[in-house]
Amino acid sequence: MKQENELIKLPEPTLFHRILVIISIPMVMTALYLVFIWSPVEKRMGVVQKIFYFHVGSAWNAFFAFFIVGLFSLLYLWKRKRIYDMIAGVSAEIGVVFTAIVLTTGPIWGRSAWNAWWSWEARLTTTLILFFIYVAYIMVRNLDMEWQKKARLSAVLGIIGALNVPIVYMSIHWWESNLHPVVMGNTDDPAGSGMEPSMLFTLIFSVFTMSLLYGIFMQKGLYVEKLRLHVAKLKAKQHDKMVS
Amino acid sequence: MKRILMPALAIAGKDLYSEWKTKQVVTTMLIFSGLVIVTFSFAFDPSNQAVRALIPGMIWMITIFAGILGLNRSFVSEQRNDHIHGFIVAPIDPASIFLGKFIANFVFVAAVQMIAIPLLFVLFDFRALTGASILYLTGVVFLGTFGFITVGTFLAALSANSKSSEMLLPILLLPIATPIIIAAVQATKIVLIDLEAISGAMSWMQLIFVYDLLFFVAGLILFEYVLEV
Amino acid sequence: MIQSKNMIKTIGDKMILKGISLEIDGGESVAVLGPNGAGKSTWLKITAGLLKPTEGELFIAGKSFKKDHLNLKQLIGYLGHQSFLYDHYTPVENLTFFAKLYHLPDPGDKIHRLLDEVGLSFFKHEPVRSFSRGMIQRLAIARAILHDPEILLLDEPHTGLDQQAVQILNQVIQRKKKEGVTVVMATHDFPQVMSVCDRAVIIKAGRVKDDVSLQQKTADWLYDHYERQAVQ
Repeated sequence: MKQENELIKLPEPTLFHRILVIISIPMVMTALYLVFIWSPVEKRMGVVQKIFYFHVGSAWNAFFAFFIVGLFSLLYLWKRKRIYDMIAGVSAEIGVVFTAIVLTTGPIWGRSAWNAWWSWEARLTTTLILFFIYVAYIMVRNLDMEWQKKARLSAVLGIIGALNVPIVYMSIHWWESNLHPVVMGNTDDPAGSGMEPSMLFTLIFSVFTMSLLYGIFMQKGLYVEKLRLHVAKLKAKQHDKMVS
Repeated sequence: MKRILMPALAIAGKDLYSEWKTKQVVTTMLIFSGLVIVTFSFAFDPSNQAVRALIPGMIWMITIFAGILGLNRSFVSEQRNDHIHGFIVAPIDPASIFLGKFIANFVFVAAVQMIAIPLLFVLFDFRALTGASILYLTGVVFLGTFGFITVGTFLAALSANSKSSEMLLPILLLPIATPIIIAAVQATKIVLIDLEAISGAMSWMQLIFVYDLLFFVAGLILFEYVLEV
Repeated sequence: MIQSKNMIKTIGDKMILKGISLEIDGGESVAVLGPNGAGKSTWLKITAGLLKPTEGELFIAGKSFKKDHLNLKQLIGYLGHQSFLYDHYTPVENLTFFAKLYHLPDPGDKIHRLLDEVGLSFFKHEPVRSFSRGMIQRLAIARAILHDPEILLLDEPHTGLDQQAVQILNQVIQRKKKEGVTVVMATHDFPQVMSVCDRAVIIKAGRVKDDVSLQQKTADWLYDHYERQAVQ
């Protein structure tokens, strides 16, 4: 009886995870306050401009997540530790969520700034391609085979994908500047000089908060993966018992 | 060298020879690209002069679609009797398998292009070709196809591990090949329509060249990991 | 010749090999016996370089396989469950291709001699597609010994063969044995074990259960012995 209880004992979330969650609550509140109440409304675009704070933060997280995928893919091929593969996988899932946010907030911003839902702006288009690479990566991760093989193949794809991102950005940037050489002055670059200090502060703060969220999601995702592994092991044990 | 180049040539030769015997892949790719061209002519009025601007895009659409057809076969055809395992137990560098397959795929696609691109020009009545533009076009097509087949061969080997590899390959390949598609179409456009701006095409070709080099080397290094059983 | 040190292989979450330590000298011929799923094939595949061990080390001819696998693979002939042959190619074309992979400079004569030996000279120029299982297996053994390997790894070579094919296969193996080639064979076929091998290793559930010499023993003795080991 005692032994069975031990088996059912599940992995616990780490202390780091708990600290992150506790810190994040006031951080998110403050960020929301800064974005919606403290920072001034932009003159030309009105309240729509506020979506920008989320947009930039998500974009930063999306690219960072992909960088992590590439890095831990390399580490996996080198060291072959399952945890590296899990980190890469969780990071890709988080990346998809944030690219999706970028791809929805981008057009909303674009509608007000450029009067078109979609402009083939380099950063936004790169994010779109990034989204497709992520989705392909997750498809490979969902293939039906033993984890070592899956981890190896997705690690290779993760590296290729990460190598690709700068070239995609470069080519799209170049292509776009050929497409419409002058894009309405400075408006497509709100992070530029025309920004009020309070807005800039809000932006930095919200990007920072978003990064914190990435950390929480990563911890949570790893925890879920560990639970999943644990359950699979329990199942296998039970299966063995039934067979013999 | 002995462990990379010679086996690579043997593998490429094996593929080319069996293609010579069966004529399956290239024939299918050719018929398919013919159909794509005909479909293009119905979709975009060939008598309209403005449609000429679409020709560079069409060249690469044909290359991509026909290429994916051939790439899908490239590694799936090696699975029937576990030929890939035969390669792994042989004293050859894994990179040579990548190289050999790359050469074979490149030859297939180049053969298709050699027929399909002139056919496209004829059917769309594109006559503004000069000796110089043909020369540049060959260069652009060579570089672009090189890059496309490099990542294509690599990802075909990767997706061959899946049971539905023919569905997985395009989804892996197209986003990764984005830079090639953009740069190759732009360079082709300049070469075919605005030859004076050739310096622009040159910088696009430099971009393709960097891409080719990067992924060719990455492919040679990483192929070992795709292959492991 | 072959040294496998505490070899562990995990596939998925299953530990297939749980530490196989085995030493096989040059010129020995060893049968690897065991029930299905015991890890015989997996161990052979690792020795052939097809799989990488999760832990443990493999030495071939005294050299670490991990470090020098390209050169060491030249010493190994591997016959797996699949033939590795191309269906639309003839035997000659198939062997010529594999000769190139094994860096043989001028394989023409040798290929014809080998095809004679395995009794396929009439079908030299027929595509392999039309061959029976026995013919394919004979061609596959020719493929495995094409480069004169010093180690011959055979994974259930007798499965699904007719009497004639079994005889030819055994002849080839005997000849190779006389030439001093180390033969390792995973199998369920006890009569064939007795006619070919002089040592038997029994693997069960990923571990070496027993290691016996077969000199002056009969198939019945081996069968009893195996039963006792396998039932335990």
